[in-house]
Amino acid sequence: MTQSPNNSQPLDAPRPTIPLPRGPVPQAPPERERRSIEIKIDGESVAVAEGSTILDAAKKLGIDTPTLCFLESLSPVNVCRVCVVELEGARTLVPACSRKVEPNMSIRTDSERVRLSRRLVLEFLASSVDLSTAPAVHAYMDRYDAHPERFGSARATVAQPVIIDNELYVRDYSKCVLCYKCVEACGVDAQNTFAIAVAGRGFSAHIATEFDVPLPDSACVYCGNCIGVCPTGALMFKVEYDMRQAGTWNESRQTQTDTICPYCGVGCDLTVHQQEGQIVGVTSPVDHSVTHGNLCIKGRFGWQFVQIQPVDPDGK
Amino acid sequence: MDLHFTDAQATAEERVAVDSEMGAPESSWQSGQRQDSDRRDNDGQSSERPIGDTRTAFAAFGGDAHGRRHRLLPVLHAIQNRIGWISPGALNYIGLRLDIAPAEVHGVASFYGMFSLQPRPPIVAHVCDDIACVTRGSDKLCADLEGKIGPAGSSCSGGRAIWLRSQCLGLCERAPAVLVTSAGEKSHERVSAPASADAVESLMDDAAQGRLPAEPDVLNVQISVPQSAQNRAGKESEFLPLRLLHRIGKGGAPTLETYQKLGGYRGLRKALDLGPEGTLGELAASKLLGRGGAAFPTAKKWEALFLQRDLLRHDPARAHCVICNADESEPGTFKDRILMEGDPFAILEGMTIAAFVTGARQGYIYLRGEYALAAERMQRAIQSANENGFLGDNILGSRLQFNIEIRRGAGAYICGEETALFNSIEGYRGEPRNKPPFPTQSGLFRQPTAVNNVETLVNVPGIILEGGSAYARLGTENSAGTRLFCLCGHVARPGVYEVAMGTALRQLIDLAGGVVGSGKLQAVLLGGAAGTFVGPQELDTLLTFEGTRAIGATLGSGVVMLFDDTVDLRQILLRIASFFRHETCGQCVPCRVGVVRQQEALQRLVIAKPLGSVTQEVAMLREMAQAMRDASICGLGQTAASALESAMQRWSLFA
Repeated sequence: MTQSPNNSQPLDAPRPTIPLPRGPVPQAPPERERRSIEIKIDGESVAVAEGSTILDAAKKLGIDTPTLCFLESLSPVNVCRVCVVELEGARTLVPACSRKVEPNMSIRTDSERVRLSRRLVLEFLASSVDLSTAPAVHAYMDRYDAHPERFGSARATVAQPVIIDNELYVRDYSKCVLCYKCVEACGVDAQNTFAIAVAGRGFSAHIATEFDVPLPDSACVYCGNCIGVCPTGALMFKVEYDMRQAGTWNESRQTQTDTICPYCGVGCDLTVHQQEGQIVGVTSPVDHSVTHGNLCIKGRFGWQFVQIQPVDPDGK
Repeated sequence: MDLHFTDAQATAEERVAVDSEMGAPESSWQSGQRQDSDRRDNDGQSSERPIGDTRTAFAAFGGDAHGRRHRLLPVLHAIQNRIGWISPGALNYIGLRLDIAPAEVHGVASFYGMFSLQPRPPIVAHVCDDIACVTRGSDKLCADLEGKIGPAGSSCSGGRAIWLRSQCLGLCERAPAVLVTSAGEKSHERVSAPASADAVESLMDDAAQGRLPAEPDVLNVQISVPQSAQNRAGKESEFLPLRLLHRIGKGGAPTLETYQKLGGYRGLRKALDLGPEGTLGELAASKLLGRGGAAFPTAKKWEALFLQRDLLRHDPARAHCVICNADESEPGTFKDRILMEGDPFAILEGMTIAAFVTGARQGYIYLRGEYALAAERMQRAIQSANENGFLGDNILGSRLQFNIEIRRGAGAYICGEETALFNSIEGYRGEPRNKPPFPTQSGLFRQPTAVNNVETLVNVPGIILEGGSAYARLGTENSAGTRLFCLCGHVARPGVYEVAMGTALRQLIDLAGGVVGSGKLQAVLLGGAAGTFVGPQELDTLLTFEGTRAIGATLGSGVVMLFDDTVDLRQILLRIASFFRHETCGQCVPCRVGVVRQQEALQRLVIAKPLGSVTQEVAMLREMAQAMRDASICGLGQTAASALESAMQRWSLFA
């Protein structure tokens, strides 16, 4: 009754241990045809699919829009406001990362108003947060001529001690710009663990476990997906943190190798970062269709064994 | 949901507090008695649930959790009111009962000013030191309390009570104001206004001995509503008759009976006769603009929901919603409180008409946490309306279904922003959402929602009754009707006043008895902390939306706060800046950091230690103001510099 998947094979050929799929391979239904919407950005017309954002449209025109709290794999929260653009007819500026395009929108991405707001947002951040491990922000600050030091030295900042409460990663909230990405990654956008949330209000708002208990007492499962999305290095591999403290961290001497996680059958893409023969961190590409940048504790942290040198019993 | 909790356990009393709000836990999954039906294994014997029935399984496994999350704020109130603070154990128990991760419960609880996450004595005197009270002796009150008890945060009454400084309590017509809260099995609140240090101290002692009066406050119409019938005593003024305030104080505490005697519920009856379209037509003809501050046409808002009514019939998951925004927290504003305390049925009638037009079956009143008497009166009114067929499943025999629930805020100015208000009711942090989508498309629980201010809703029954065009004839061409103004500060008879739109500012001040203090007016703050200052040379401005706009000012929430020439305006500006620093939700960068930098710069200017020069500091303040206005998510950040800017425009304060 059952038909061999490959009739042409001689009878004595070894049968494959895993049966080959028969019949048509199931395919995802085709994407709904989306209406194309034309808008104007800085005087230039561009057409994008309905549901796209202004940011998508600007990207299509090759306009580099600064973003901090935006990530393709997370739902936009539009809180950092560094991507604001001027929409004709709107009372205020609008966030490019989340505002959907509408027919006949006319947008300016480099007007005086836009430049002023972007500059002030960058100055506000740089004057309150330690951005020493966020090189991308520094490039934007140069572009918008931001001078955070003009707020004086007595200004309020979020400076606070580094939290080292586990072996895998450290949390340095003096570097936190409160972009909400880690909360999203820990919550419904990826991990559904809900170990952290934004607590407090106003300038004292901060990322916290319940009652700020140490991570090992919280619901954290150490997937490290929060580290993967953190734009400023506030969340950092312990290995990287230790090397930075010791002054041995050197990105110019690092290589990145893409591979597949060996732990289970899902087959997540890993990007292994190594410096001088040592693994110094593991990420996953955000645009990968399986992981969307997310991993589990094994893929993210389970590589120490690679570096354990076998002990030769003979001492040779 | 698979939740992880710390070992902290709730005390028996904390459990009782939560259970009083939620009922006893139904299963061991919510820390109740373990029953056979709680078993989650699939051995085919233990559970009566048919295996594979995903719907039962989903519900049993916490699929209804999102249906419980909106109880979070009431449950947090229950703990705070009973214990006086919210412990880690209590927080865990809340998480367990509502199926919310403890980090999120903590995140929400720590958002609100009224919740203490540190052990705190059960009795707290909240002493207002905001801008209205400062003109009426709050400095002295605080100094006296410091002398008697010690600095803010010091305890008294044998360690059972403390006093704290507070933002505006919305009792500005009786400044300086104090609110005493007393946690316990039976929690109490009691207002003292105008307050003295002796009165506050004895109130705290009374609270410690359980002797607080049952009523949280007394609405004295003579004081709070100077235009009321009792005060008129025969002298009819050109500003009368009152449309919005006329029932307040008549016949003592408001009852359904007196409300009907005074013309109540005739508007609703007429609306039911007119039908939704007809009612909407009258409302449109009235040109009523929202009284909360944004001045959006009410008819347009309701029409947006009305036009989606067809969808309601086809989609059982859809539900329209009507919300009364009673989170009045703009410093200097107290009109909504007086309406709720004095005429609660008018608000219910307005909401019921809104429900009739929009097709909503559920309404919420989001009521400011500090307004104890208003909450009590509204709750009593809802109950009475329910019992007498003015709310419920068959309103006035018309088969109209509408129910109203009160949600108390918990000390967060931002929750008066409509989208923050949605998040707050839903059990999330009160952070505003980005618009679009607008509330009429996706509001509370992502359903089309109409949010209206208390005063707006109180306008509605009269409009329907008299006809929209009759209402439109009141006031001016573009600002129809009458408007409530909250006069406070250096004014002879502070209180809420009703005048036709288009009345000159000078007339309004005269109506309230003119300027007191030194008698010489320095400045008027229109619209509260988010409003604008105007000077004595602008008193002929007509109080209309367009009239104030023309001089770069705003009516806002109806605050008219007077300052005499002895007041240091720079200190007032600094207090406003501190208010915003305290009240920003912290979500978006321009507002979270901007209000801090603004307050710091202002502080430097006030102590005459500018960075660089005064000119540089002022230029920096202007830049910050523009960035906050342009790039903030919501109205709070967008207006956080408006009072300061208006003052800098009119006076050279820092030269």
